[in-house]
Amino acid sequence: MVEWTDQERTIISGIFASLDYDDIGPKSLSRCLIVYPWTQRYFGAFGNLYNAEAIKSNPNIAEHGKTVLHGLDRALKNMDNIKATYADLSVLHSEKLHVDPDNFKLLSDCLTIVIAAKMGSAFTAETQAAFQKFLAVVVSALGRQYH
Amino acid sequence: MSLTDKDKATVKALWAKIQKSADAIGADALYRLFTVYPQSKIYFSHWSDLGPNSSSVKAHGKKVMGGVALAVSKIDDLTRGLLELSEQHAFQLRVDPANFKLLSHCILVVIATMYPQDLSPEVHVCLDKFLANLALALSERYR
Repeated sequence: MVEWTDQERTIISGIFASLDYDDIGPKSLSRCLIVYPWTQRYFGAFGNLYNAEAIKSNPNIAEHGKTVLHGLDRALKNMDNIKATYADLSVLHSEKLHVDPDNFKLLSDCLTIVIAAKMGSAFTAETQAAFQKFLAVVVSALGRQYH
Repeated sequence: MSLTDKDKATVKALWAKIQKSADAIGADALYRLFTVYPQSKIYFSHWSDLGPNSSSVKAHGKKVMGGVALAVSKIDDLTRGLLELSEQHAFQLRVDPANFKLLSHCILVVIATMYPQDLSPEVHVCLDKFLANLALALSERYR
């Protein structure tokens, strides 16, 4: 089981408490599709992804970005059992969506950069460490049911 | 994933803007590397202070960014431009190349915190590619 210090819990809940999901969600997903273009393979039905401008203004991507970001809420509410919490989502990503689990790390890196840009100097090294630990645990849980 | 003319132009333009903060970026990135990826500290077991205000960390961050500056100036042939540095990392320092990716990520994070408006997704992809090619050039002489 993952051990969280009080400081880590405070940092992580603090980030989410002031998070604008409607802004950060779309920004993170669109950034991922632009920086790692092969991730676009999962979004063939989402419309125009032809260039960065199209991706950034695509309403389907924006909506999906919000959905994905809210997916992290489960981990936030169940920090002491993230592994079990994501079991069904892991099955979904493996069996139905067929997402390469390496891609989870790419998205989490983009989310980190977007949050860093938003928080500026408040995104200290310790904050980054706690947040990346959180995302790494979620990424691991999401990859667990692949076989 | 080699650098297009557009990638090179974007990286040079960004570098022109941020290079005055190079020392600060280097020190912050290095400290973040140690904090977020503690295993990276094994290469610095000879330092007594790995904290954010450590003179060793600051000096080394400056040195690392000097390497990045060199890479920007040799962006048209990174392999040849970084040959000496590659030999140093391969034969003397023997840093596992996996760590280059970790430091690259920390550099991106620092630039995001310091220059949020300048690290748009379009610029981010160019810089990410540049840092990846830099790391590859740095690994050239390893085996």
